Amino acid sequence: MIAIVALVKIIVLILVILGTVAYLVLLERKVSAYMQDRIGPNRVGPKGLLQPVADILKLVLKELIVPVKANRFVHALAPVISITVALSALAVIPFGSYIVVGGQKINLMIANVNVGVLYILAMSSLGVYGITLSGWASNNKYSLLGGLRSSAQMISYELSLGLSIIGVLMVDGTLRLDKIVEAQSRGFWNIIYQPLGFLVFVVAAFAETNRLPFDLPEAEPELVGGYHTEYSGMRWGLFFLSEYTNVIVSSALMATLYFGGWSLPFVNYSAMQPNAAAAVQVVTFLAKTGIFIFIYMWIRWTLPRFRYDQLMNLGWKVWLPLAFLNLLGTGAALLAFR
Amino acid sequence: MQQNRNGRIKKKMSLWARLYFPEIIRGMSITIRAFFRPKFVRQYPEERWVPPPIFRGRPVLVVEDETGVERCVACGLCARVCPPLAIQVQAAETELDKERYPELFEINMLRCIFCGFCEEVCPEEAIIMSKDFELTFTDPEDAIYGKDKLLIPASQLKDRLGFLKQYR
Repeated sequence: MIAIVALVKIIVLILVILGTVAYLVLLERKVSAYMQDRIGPNRVGPKGLLQPVADILKLVLKELIVPVKANRFVHALAPVISITVALSALAVIPFGSYIVVGGQKINLMIANVNVGVLYILAMSSLGVYGITLSGWASNNKYSLLGGLRSSAQMISYELSLGLSIIGVLMVDGTLRLDKIVEAQSRGFWNIIYQPLGFLVFVVAAFAETNRLPFDLPEAEPELVGGYHTEYSGMRWGLFFLSEYTNVIVSSALMATLYFGGWSLPFVNYSAMQPNAAAAVQVVTFLAKTGIFIFIYMWIRWTLPRFRYDQLMNLGWKVWLPLAFLNLLGTGAALLAFR
Repeated sequence: MQQNRNGRIKKKMSLWARLYFPEIIRGMSITIRAFFRPKFVRQYPEERWVPPPIFRGRPVLVVEDETGVERCVACGLCARVCPPLAIQVQAAETELDKERYPELFEINMLRCIFCGFCEEVCPEEAIIMSKDFELTFTDPEDAIYGKDKLLIPASQLKDRLGFLKQYR
């Protein structure tokens, strides 16, 4: 019974996320267009809403080209690793508290592991494999360089990411994401307690997901396509999808860890029907995540990208010390006020 | 201010600029303002742009409205002055009031550079630049426009004829 419920939750989540990711591509094109004094795709379907369908169809029908001396198995494996890891990270994010179906209480979270945040850090570390393997398996110097640069960048910024999350851990005392959200719904949102931590987290998340201003590994003028140069058709589509899934996961994390997840400050959820409360919670959560996704795109179309040496410089010499400073400050404050 | 090695004066960025975050916020405010500005996008092909009279589109042969006869006397000046040699003219005798008429008049649109020299040199104002510029072909043979595609009545070319009268 539990297994069936979990399976249903997984299937629903994967379908919703994959659909959302396809439409995020369209959203990015429209947002970038509006910021550049033009409108984006508006021909395919009303207001361009069927554009993702056309894109997916095109990718599926494209010829699959694998370079001659490339390692075929690894070439096929790398995008699979990327998308699997990206989707797995969504398993521990709470979309709401619970719903009641047929007398049964069902949590709106797929897996309530007791190491929630650690699991997400582990998944993002595994994500490095997808990129490194693709860069190596393409048998192309530029892909290799792009893959190496990207993995070095991701590993460097993972440290800051983890340290900033430790700040939240210290404040809320638990690794479980649903408890973190509950703690925030009782008190203030963590952004009040951890402003510097949030800043470090945002920058590290941008670097982890390879989004501008940290997207040198996939920058077209620099490395053609970086690690995904030699990929065509749906395999390239998988990389693209996994990048947007990472964006969704990072936005959801920002919302959950620092902005109260599914909770709103002045709402009493126990006074409502459980399913109605759950609906409000899910909508709140999606709205918060949506705002962060828009901020991802907003920053992408505002900033120029960092040079690789500037990027690594910042990662080790600026953000890591700031993350440590955040920990020191948090520790001192906790000693003083508790 | 210190001198650089090339003798240029190098100014250091202010602390405010070096922090970078205030500049990021400033940049983001610019983009978000651009987001809400009204967009002026022409929905081609439903909305088309109509060029002004000064515009040099493809060259066409003018046909007089009353008589239905082309103005061209096949003097060959346009073919001679055309820089890429896109025009080919063959003169022949005629019973009409003029000495000669173009038996064959072809312009290879793949060679034409839309410079307007043929229009400038023509003594009869017989060949002028129209407003048409949307040309597509699937075969190079289709690109050689004969008299069937080049003869246009003067009533449709009023804008350009008016411009030429006023400014040339």
